[in-house]
Order: sequence, then structure tokens, then C-alpha cells
Amino acid sequence: MIRTPLRPLAQILDARRKGENPDAIERENLRIRHEQMRDRARSRAEGRLLVMAVMFFCAFVVVGARMGTLAASEPEEPRAQASGASIIASRADIVDRQGRILATNMETFSLYAHPQQMVDPIRTAAELVKIFPELNEDRLREDFTGKRKFLWVRKKLSPEQKQRVHDIGEPGLLFGPREMRLYPNGALAAHVLGGASFGREGVHSAEVIGTAGVEKFFDEQLRDPAREGAPLVLSLDLTIQAATERVLQGGMNLMNAKGAASILMDIYTGEVIAIASLPDFDPNDRPRPLTQGEAADSPLFNRAVQGVYELGSTFKVFTSAQALELGLVGPETVIDTSGPMRVGGFPIGEFQNKNYGPLSVSDIIVKSSNRGTGRLALAIGAERQQEFLKGLGFFDATPLEIVEAQGGKPLLPKRWTELSTVTISYGHGLSSSPMHLAAGYAAIANGGFKVEPTLLRQTGPRLGPRLMSETTARQSVDMLRKVVTEGTASFGEVPGYAVGGKTGTADKPKARGGGYYDDKVINTFASVFPSNDPKYVLIVTLDEPVETSGTKPRRTAGWTAVPVAAEMIRRIAPLLGLRPEVETRHLTGIINTSN
Amino acid sequence: MRSLLYVLTFLSVIAAAFWAYHENYKTQAALGEAQAVRAEIGQARARLAVLRAEWAYLNRPDRLRDLAEVNFERLGLMPFEPDQFGRVDQIAFPQPPELPITDPVEISSAGAQEP
Repeated sequence: MIRTPLRPLAQILDARRKGENPDAIERENLRIRHEQMRDRARSRAEGRLLVMAVMFFCAFVVVGARMGTLAASEPEEPRAQASGASIIASRADIVDRQGRILATNMETFSLYAHPQQMVDPIRTAAELVKIFPELNEDRLREDFTGKRKFLWVRKKLSPEQKQRVHDIGEPGLLFGPREMRLYPNGALAAHVLGGASFGREGVHSAEVIGTAGVEKFFDEQLRDPAREGAPLVLSLDLTIQAATERVLQGGMNLMNAKGAASILMDIYTGEVIAIASLPDFDPNDRPRPLTQGEAADSPLFNRAVQGVYELGSTFKVFTSAQALELGLVGPETVIDTSGPMRVGGFPIGEFQNKNYGPLSVSDIIVKSSNRGTGRLALAIGAERQQEFLKGLGFFDATPLEIVEAQGGKPLLPKRWTELSTVTISYGHGLSSSPMHLAAGYAAIANGGFKVEPTLLRQTGPRLGPRLMSETTARQSVDMLRKVVTEGTASFGEVPGYAVGGKTGTADKPKARGGGYYDDKVINTFASVFPSNDPKYVLIVTLDEPVETSGTKPRRTAGWTAVPVAAEMIRRIAPLLGLRPEVETRHLTGIINTSN
Repeated sequence: MRSLLYVLTFLSVIAAAFWAYHENYKTQAALGEAQAVRAEIGQARARLAVLRAEWAYLNRPDRLRDLAEVNFERLGLMPFEPDQFGRVDQIAFPQPPELPITDPVEISSAGAQEP
């Protein structure tokens, strides 16, 4: 660039000649130059501003466009994530203690319709009804030709059904992937597993939610993606559960019972190895709850946990155990059980109005004397009795991990009078579930520790606080053994397993109140085996059984529940790995005859 | 000198751009591969789940019991009974292996000749 000089020689000379001040020329030129500089700077600044503005504009356009595309596009998993195991979003499996599957998921499809895309709605409706006879053709035709833009046709399809729907060739019928809960063993352990159904549903997926049992109790945990598919391990054993249910079903049919329940529990860990309630149902196709009538008549009703019954004489061993524990009596202390005995104005009688006379405490249990236990209870007193039963867990619902367990809250007398103390001592006036009884017997069998029943596999014993001394517990188990060898439960003898137990027969209370039925009973057999080294507790309860092989129908537990329990132990004990102890086994040892 | 610098800079920019594109394509390919593998894992897992469910279904106690009954003549399977427990001392020790005969002696006189 050629700079214009501030003092051009020609002009300076010219000005000097004219006598003007040449500095004025310089100032003038300087002014012009400054103006030019200013204009240049200005236009440059303007240009920069423009560039800046364009840049900002572009940046905002980019941000805006990106936001727009993000908002308008389908969500998608990021491709570049450094996670190791990909997230397993499906509901966790439920397995038994040996890892065999009790509940799993299966991929299936749901069927929905877009009527506005349909080519031939009338034919489609007719074809669909051919595949799914339970659908209503008129209703479908109405829906397909009406104003609806979307409707669900079916929630689950089998692959064959899906193919047949495909073969209709209707573009308005669409499939959405579904994950459905499958219980491969059918009705096995149905009351524990409960069932599952769909929660919120979308076209692409649906939520699977537990509706009952462990599925509902552990719903949050089963759905938690952080589990990464780790299965929920239950304490149940599939084989033993199957054997239990089969024997119980056979026993229920043989004894003409309306319902039956059984619980097999490990006395040290509190693990429930098998729990059955009959009649049962298929959790794959869970029936609807009854809207009328008794809840207990529904197959959904879990007799082992929800059913609270007066469990009868099975309670007597608690009374005797407490009397022993308090040092009031010893096993051989003789107590007069002869009548008449009146408490609070009510007569206390024996079964079939027998009179046993003086009996030792041990024989009171063996012969199941009401008056004998009543006298022990009077010696114990209401307060100490309540405290002891509370310790055994008879005052609260069992902490079993199924939602139904909360429904099995024991029914206690409103006022714990002296009469209540006596009747409760032999199992009347306090209703509890068979599960409570199992926990109570476990405490006696394991040497006097409280144990809480659980459905989850445990790694070791979970003994709670001590409720009675080891001696008391040992003496009580010996009494239970004597009930089988000499007393009311003689059918309970299983060679090799030294079963000990106590029978209980309780009249069923009328549903509308007002006393008890004459010919409806609940028979219970609470047993411990093997009694020389107790490991398991087995409770068998039959609802309204009657044994008809004799001349008169028999309704005592010794004739109904005990044989069923004995057969169950015979089948189950080998499966539990218990070796039968044959008593007459003498080794031909070396005998020292002389020195 | 300066123009050489410009040329060098320009060439290095081209080289860097080429390298960056190259890396980008490699990354995309790796991502695609990872996605394919992940999809494969997902499919394998789904297949595994179906197989496990089928295994559980085929091994359900009801079915096994029925099969044991149907095939009773061939298999003779009975429920496990307490008297099927054995004791270790009821089992015979295995027979000791016979010693190898290294120097056989003819003990038959057939074909032998009198001295």
C-alpha cells in the first residue's frame, strides 16, 4: 500500500510560496488519514461482528437441530458403552435349593389390531374366532369396523397360534414381543410361587408383576436389573415337594378329606423343605379369587399358612414343656386327671368321656389327657403361658416370605381367662396356622431355640433366643416318641426313623359362630424325626377327614393324619438323605473272655 | 522457505485428517462388531432360557413319574425306599487282578513223549 505523505513537498512549497502555514496541510492530511483509519477499523469490526453473529447462529442452529432430532427419534442404546455384562432386563428365575427351575421366563407374542389398516375386517374376525374359540366374533367385528384405532386381541400366543394368525394374511393384525412367566412344574408348589401377570403394557414390551406368593413378596428384587439374572434360590426341594404332594393327595383322597396341608421344616435353619396345601392350582393359569362363599374353599387358599385352626392336642406338649421348664413337675410326676373338673363354670372332659385316673406327666401326653394338661396349665398360670406361647411365635403372623403369610394371623382370646388358659393348654381357644405349629415344634426339637421359618435357602443354622433348656427339650422329644410307640399315634411308626409326634383332633367351629360341628374335624399330626437326633419337623393337617374302613366312621387324628404322615416320612426321609437306623444291629465284635 | 512450511503443514493436515478418518472407520467397525456380538449373546441367552425351560418342563416330576410307570417293565424303577440304603461293609472288595504269567509251564501231558 502506498502511504500518502503527511507533508507532500509540492503542497508545502506551494503554501510557503503563498505564505500559508504548511502545518495546516499536515494537520489536514493527518485528519484525513485518521478518518480513513477509523473507517477501516469500523468496517473490520462490523465484519467481525457479522462473522460472530453467523457463528453463534450456526451454533444455535446445530444445538436446536440436535435437540429436535433427539426429541423426535426413537430411543436407542448407546453403542459405545464400556459395560461388561449387558443388562439382563428380564425377571429373575426362581429355583429350588438344588438349582432346579421353579419359575422362568419365555418369549412369546401378544396380538393386537389396527382396524384402520385392515383389508377385510369381517373375514379377519371370523378367522380369529376359528383360532381362538374363546373370542366373541360379533364383538370383534364391531371393534374392527368401528372407530377404534387400536385394540388388544390376545395377551399371549403360542408359536403355533402365531403362525396361524400369520396365515390369515391381514396387515392390520400385529404382534408385540412379550415375556411371559412360565412354571414348568405345573401345580407343584403352586401356593409358594403364587403367580404373575402383566402390569403396564405397551406394544413393544410389558411389565411382568407377581400377583401372589414369593413372586409378589420378592417382586422388587426379582425385577431389579442389578441382579443380572441371578436366580432367587428357595429352600424348597423339588423332588421332596413332589413326593409330599403326591402322598398328601393320596392321603386326602383315602381319608375323604376336603383339604390337606403339610409342612416339612429343617429344625435348625428354619428352611421349609416342602410345603403343600391341597386342593391346589396351576400358577400358569391362576384361577380368579372367589367372589362369594368361603375363601377357604378356593384352591388359592393356602391352608398351611393362611388357614388358622384350633390345632387341638398338638398344643399339649407346649404346656408340658413349660411345666417342666419351670420346674413345677418332672416327666414322672404323677398328676390326678380324674374328673369332674370345672373351670370358670365349664366342665373339662376327656375324649369319649374317659377317665384316666392318676397319670405321670409323660403319660398325660401319651394318652392325651385334657384334664391333665389343664391342671398343668393352672399351675403355670395365664401370664406365664402367654409369655411362653408368645416366645414360640403364636401371637404374630409367621415371617414366611410369601404375601399370604400376613393373612395367617393367629386368633387369640379377647380376654385370657382361667378357662382360656386351660383350653389353650390343649389347643382350643387359640387358632393358629400349621406353620406356627411347625415353628413351635422346631423349637422343642432343636434343643429349645426359637427358629423362624423361611423359604430362602440358608447356609447354616439360624437359632434365635433360647426358650427352654436342653433337658426340657430332650424330655419333650422323648414324650413325643412315646406317643408313637405307646400312645395315640401308633400308626406313625416308620421302621428306622424313630418318629415322635403328637396328634390333634379339633372340632371345626361353625362359620357363622355358635359352637362346633359334631362331625367335622381338623386332624393334625405334628411330628419330629428321627427322634434320637431330631432334624426335621413334619406337620400334616387334614380338613374334615373321615376314615371309613371300620364299622363306625373314625375321625381322630390317629386314624387319619398319622398314617398319612407316616407314609410321607417313609417316602421323604430317604430323599432327605437320612439313613434308617436299624436298632437290632450288633457287630460281632471281639470279646475279652480272659486275661 | 515459508511456502515449504505451508506445503508441509498442509500435507500434515491431510495426513492427520486421513488418520482420523481411518481411526473413525475402525472404531465404527469395532462398535458394529461389538453390537453384533452383543446381539448374538442376547440371542444365545434367550435360546438358553428356552432350553432350560424346556429341560425343566421335560423333567417335571409328574412326567418322570408317568414315564417310570409306563416303562416299568424295561426299567423297573420304584420310589426310593428306606431299605435301599446299603452299608459300606456290605460291598465286596474288588477282586485283585490276576498276576501275569511270565514263565508258562506246560502242565498237560498231551503229546508228551516218554523219555
